[in-house]
Amino acid sequence: MVKTEAQSGAEIAARLQALGNEVIADIELKKNPSMAILTRALNNVYFDEDAGLIKLGDKKQNRYYINLNQAKKFMQTLLVAKQIKWLLEQQKPALSIRQLYYTLKHSIEGSKEETFDSQDESDPLIEDVEVMVDALREELRLIATPKGVLAGPMVVLDQTGDMLDFTKMGSAGGAVPPSVEENTFEIKECSADFVLVIEKFAVWNLLNQQKYWKDANCLIMTGKGQPARAERRLLHRMQKELKIPIYVFTDMDPWGYYIYSVYKQGSINLAFFSEKAGSPKANYLGFSTSDIKQFDIPRSAYIKLKDVDYKRLKEIEAYDWFKSPGWKKEFAAMKQFGYKVEQDSLVAKSIEFTAKEYLPTKIENKQFIA
Amino acid sequence: MAVNVAEEMAKTHKAISIAEFFEKNKHLLGYENLQKSLLTVVREGVDNSLDACEEARILPDVYVELQKKANIENRYKVIIEDNGPGIVKKNIPKIFGKLLYGSKFHRLRQSRGQQGIGISAAVLYGQLTTGKSAKIYSRINDDKTHIYELHIDIQTNEPVIVSEDTVYGSGHGTRLELEVKGRYVKGRQSIYEYIQETAIMNPFAKIVFVDPDGEKFEFPRGVDELPKEPREIKPHASGIELGTLLKMMKGAKPKTISGFLAAEFSRISGEKAKELCVLANVDPKVSTMSLTRDEAEALHEQMQKAKLQNPPTDCLSPIGAKPIEEGLKKELVPEFVTAVSRSAAVYTGNPFLVEVGVAYGGNIDQEGPVHLMRYANKVPLLYEQSACAITKAVIQTDWRRYKLSQSAGALPVGPMAITIHFASVWVPYTSEGKEAIAAYPIIIKEVKLAIQEAARRMGVYLSRKRRANEAEEKKALFYRYVAETAGALHDLTGKDKEKIATQMSELINEKLKTMIVEEVEEEPVEQEEIDNEIPDEDNGEENGVEKESGE
Repeated sequence: MVKTEAQSGAEIAARLQALGNEVIADIELKKNPSMAILTRALNNVYFDEDAGLIKLGDKKQNRYYINLNQAKKFMQTLLVAKQIKWLLEQQKPALSIRQLYYTLKHSIEGSKEETFDSQDESDPLIEDVEVMVDALREELRLIATPKGVLAGPMVVLDQTGDMLDFTKMGSAGGAVPPSVEENTFEIKECSADFVLVIEKFAVWNLLNQQKYWKDANCLIMTGKGQPARAERRLLHRMQKELKIPIYVFTDMDPWGYYIYSVYKQGSINLAFFSEKAGSPKANYLGFSTSDIKQFDIPRSAYIKLKDVDYKRLKEIEAYDWFKSPGWKKEFAAMKQFGYKVEQDSLVAKSIEFTAKEYLPTKIENKQFIA
Repeated sequence: MAVNVAEEMAKTHKAISIAEFFEKNKHLLGYENLQKSLLTVVREGVDNSLDACEEARILPDVYVELQKKANIENRYKVIIEDNGPGIVKKNIPKIFGKLLYGSKFHRLRQSRGQQGIGISAAVLYGQLTTGKSAKIYSRINDDKTHIYELHIDIQTNEPVIVSEDTVYGSGHGTRLELEVKGRYVKGRQSIYEYIQETAIMNPFAKIVFVDPDGEKFEFPRGVDELPKEPREIKPHASGIELGTLLKMMKGAKPKTISGFLAAEFSRISGEKAKELCVLANVDPKVSTMSLTRDEAEALHEQMQKAKLQNPPTDCLSPIGAKPIEEGLKKELVPEFVTAVSRSAAVYTGNPFLVEVGVAYGGNIDQEGPVHLMRYANKVPLLYEQSACAITKAVIQTDWRRYKLSQSAGALPVGPMAITIHFASVWVPYTSEGKEAIAAYPIIIKEVKLAIQEAARRMGVYLSRKRRANEAEEKKALFYRYVAETAGALHDLTGKDKEKIATQMSELINEKLKTMIVEEVEEEPVEQEEIDNEIPDEDNGEENGVEKESGE
């Protein structure tokens, strides 16, 4: 369903207009007006093993106007749709999803009620519109706020015309911009041997200060926890265009494992985005249970697994994309071990331990969970 | 020397008359300030009228008038007239002119007055504050009206007749005219409030009130039937005090102790009486006159322990749920009303019962705490609210279960009136002022049970009403979003906004006709657990009395 080439604004606008016409047709036929929306939930995603990606199924749900629980949402969906159409036609600069929320928020005539009470109401409707008109948010000229930073031997031509050299971004690194499409963030040069994705900024920051990327000749990137769409899209492009290995380094806990899977196979909620943002060739470098013994991690770094951890572990174990023998073994080992370990804690060995010993050893020996 | 002092002191010892005592202690009888004193006078008169009518099985018509005396500050003439049976000529002076004279003191049946103090104390108060005598008119359906002017001799507690006359008069009834010092107020604890509360709980009475400005208020009859007539009963062994027992033995005609027990107490058969004597090591055949104090004490102990049936409850005269609802409806015009009349229970041997009425919304629109009306034997209690067992029971009830807000240790808040009626042969007042009921655990428990039942019904009503409102509100939202939706569709398609809006409204009209908005199931209102931890020493269980009252 996802187009490989960026679609023109006019094409998408035409589909939004068609959506409006379908609703009007319902009204004229005296039918309860409705919109069919692909369900974005676990029961409508499947794991495409060949592609290595989480994909959206074709189950749809109708959203009706004459339904007590849906009437407002129905109205809100149309408000979001018409605003996106307007943004596309007016060729305005891309807005953040929060700004879109503010352009639509006002009180409803004749009542004290507002069109939207919080951004939590408009954000999921943007995703609904994405699937209804078969276009990505990036194509709808909407941006989420990215958090990611990046450093290493790569030169990019930004949409502003600035040439960005990611070896010269200082201690803060270069920011991942909201839009990282070929025409807005063009990779001009890259001599890196691999990309290292790091869960946490603190760990990325230490590696950057130590110029790990220079020693290892790689790119280092962090999405500061759960990545936003831009970091995932950029990693996807690196895999596709640079054709270099990708290693993901997270905490040893169910949440860290899941962050890895979002980079690699995509997420449930944005399953329609996986083909554009997944990096199925990514490898899980660590931290893993086998590292404990191998690197003699001190007991002080162990954190006891809590009920929520076990619960989350059980959930991700059930995902089809975590059912490989390697992961089954890892989950079993973690349950037996009963502890989790944060990637930050490796500094307990020594400040240089991650850069000088852990990462080189793991990469050299290709010790990944697959 | 000590003897001399004692003799000196003896010279100053002398008997004081009861009237003299109350002159000095009139605050005990409700005459502590001018506002309350005026109310007490009216209250004594109205209570007497209603008691007399009820006893004679006459639907009461009571007329109350207050006239402000010109040129004298805080001076009122109080007139109270009823259509009761009237009073026979020879009893008039003593009823109005002698304290502690009456028919009610030793009698175990429910009535408003208890001690025969009330009306004569009002006469005494009037004479003490104004120097004027009381004027009484009485007719007993013998074509005569007897008119007395009298006051009380404070030394001897005997009536002093100033004038007496008999004129022609038809019908029956009593009229009292009294001049007293007092202050008339409006609002809380006012005479108006007392009369209105009386009208609510005595819906079988018609009351007319003319205030000092000459304004006339009519409180019409709500029901045409008098409450069941209470029957007089003998005392019950459980909870009787040793002193009372001794006094009863002394006053009784000499006979065997077992015969005395069987004759003077309810629920003690001849068989049972003998059994009690044997248990107490007392010869059943011994005369009450020759019983020793120790024997009496042993007998008293066995009487407390004995397993006896509860006293008969036909000594009580409940108003009944339906008349209470009618009373609330006619006086308060609420949108919802319900009432609960519980069956009788027993505290220290005295049968009692509790009735609760709840009225919500409608013309009741006060903000803040609910309007709590307390009653003892159909008489409103206007003072000492916080000291009263009834108030405690209301506060201890968790009203949030019933959709009202309530902060800890306070009355619930909302447009609601609660009437709580405590009926008993003997009301355990906390003081002589007769304003608050003592907090026996069994009384609190009974009040709470009655409240919970009434409140539960109200809670069901309120949640049903809330759901109905919500359903209406929800229907409205379909129309509310039309303009925004039509606007968005116009922006998407360029089609005419007004036309889309019109079509949508028509569509909604049509669809709503057949749409039943969420007929949600009734939320069950939880029944509050009664705190069974409270010591039940007064419910008779420890005394071996069965809990359910038997006849």
